[in-house]
Amino acid sequence: MIETRNLTKSYGTFQALQDLNLEIGEGSVFGFVGANGAGKSTTFSILATLLPPTSGDAFVGGHSVRTSPAEVRKLIGYMPDFFGVYDQLKTEEYLDFYAASYGIPAGSRKVLIGQLLDLVNLAEKRDAYVDSLSRGMKQRLCLARSLIHDPKVLILDEPASGLDPRARVEMREIMKRLKEMDKTILISSHILPELAEMCDEIGVIDRGRLLARQPVRDIHSMMKGDRVITVKLNGPPAAAASFFEERPFVSALRRDDETGEVTFSFSGSQSDQEELLAAAAASPLGIRSFSEEETDLEDVFLSLTKGGGV
Amino acid sequence: MKTDLSNPVLMKEIKLRFRSPKSFVGILFYLAAMSLFVIGFMYIMTQDSSSGGYLDPGQSYMLFTLLTYIQLVLVLFITPGLTAGSISSEREKQTLNMLLTTSQSSFQIIIGKLLSSIAFLILMLVSSLPLYSVVFLYGGVSPKQLLLFMFYFLLTTIAIGSLGVMFSTLIQKTIISMIATYGSVLSLLAVTGFLSIFFASLNQGGVSPAAYLFAAINPAVLTASLLAPDSGDFLHGMTGLRWPVWLTYLLFYLALTAAAVFVSVKSLRVNMARGK
Repeated sequence: MIETRNLTKSYGTFQALQDLNLEIGEGSVFGFVGANGAGKSTTFSILATLLPPTSGDAFVGGHSVRTSPAEVRKLIGYMPDFFGVYDQLKTEEYLDFYAASYGIPAGSRKVLIGQLLDLVNLAEKRDAYVDSLSRGMKQRLCLARSLIHDPKVLILDEPASGLDPRARVEMREIMKRLKEMDKTILISSHILPELAEMCDEIGVIDRGRLLARQPVRDIHSMMKGDRVITVKLNGPPAAAASFFEERPFVSALRRDDETGEVTFSFSGSQSDQEELLAAAAASPLGIRSFSEEETDLEDVFLSLTKGGGV
Repeated sequence: MKTDLSNPVLMKEIKLRFRSPKSFVGILFYLAAMSLFVIGFMYIMTQDSSSGGYLDPGQSYMLFTLLTYIQLVLVLFITPGLTAGSISSEREKQTLNMLLTTSQSSFQIIIGKLLSSIAFLILMLVSSLPLYSVVFLYGGVSPKQLLLFMFYFLLTTIAIGSLGVMFSTLIQKTIISMIATYGSVLSLLAVTGFLSIFFASLNQGGVSPAAYLFAAINPAVLTASLLAPDSGDFLHGMTGLRWPVWLTYLLFYLALTAAAVFVSVKSLRVNMARGK
């Protein structure tokens, strides 16, 4: 659905984007992670036909952004990272304006706007002035706006930025619903865990280069398979070490006699882990505490993609 | 044509402009000032014992002349203010990109912006018509003349408005776009006048098309020629040409409008194929 071929954008000597090659299938959700200025917004602006590439080309639904931008615009719903609203319009009028801009007949707009406001949980704000909405509501309204012509592709630049945790959860729920609607979604964030929850695939971009791309399920399975557990003991850890070593799913056990700690990787399920810890607690090993080390998603991701290059 | 009539930008802008009471208060003050002027003029003229308590057609025509010049100043100095921020303010409020990714054509957006910006001024002009019609009470002016002036104001407003929209499209900042548009209006008024006199002085007594052209595109000159038909003789004496001023003016301002709208439409969206 979306394809970029050697997409490059430079401003003088500064390379905002270098030879980006990307293919995103229909109905999949692709997350772009990268620091500010890494090239996410540049890519999105080119796909939204707002910025001409220096070289290379990008295609949406087979249409080139260079030669048929008008066709591309019909297929995409674009939500920029920073945007303003027309303050003096009411929510309904705001959406009505964009519906008219896409040539949607006046007769069918009312129902459509109602459906979209329901989708983004703003139904009760239909008659409120856009100016009076909170930031999270404005983000959701902007998302509804980008959906008004039922586009096949959504290009969402940091849709959850600047939102409080609750608003983020709401945004995530909406994303799930959009995914169910079979939209092809390109979404960016500088927070990886946020993306991992809603994407099928994630790409890391840095200084204009795509460093790596990986299906999210690989990252998740790796995280699940690689839980690291540390057990602190009152006495010497030798007995505990041999106890855990004999258990199933335990590997890479390390013993620290000085601190009285045993650390191992555990590949069993959540209930296997509960069983193991219950058995250990029942045995006379002198266990002071158990702890599961936080596995950093970003570490896992970077280790998975070590060596870069896609 | 149907799509142009239901222009979304035009509808939205008109809704926004006439939603706040500001616009209506503006018209109220404008009409109040004009009324005071007309009543004041009539009062002073009828105080004179020789007048017999009414205006003679000559005085009535003088009132018409004064009102016309006031409206001309209004057109020349309000139009840039209304149009020079039309596109750049959307850019500054970060709403332009979303507008540009819709499937509206660039022409639709530009025309919507132009018409909505000058709609307010047209409303001001139309709402002042009853005041103008006071001159009919005393004679000296024909309704045809009044209509002619309304058409002339409309043409000038659209042409200057197109310039404002063009600068607003080309220039990022509203404030600089304003300066450019006001600068252009001042050029049309003062620079053309100066150049006309300059070229005429180069060609003492001879035929000078340049002098004629610069004079003919000056709104003050056209106003004078419409108000006082014998002013054509003056222009003839200066440039050696007796072409109708109104025709030159009409053609020039139509061309100016077309060129400004063309440039605006072409530069509103980036050229994706350019690759730079």
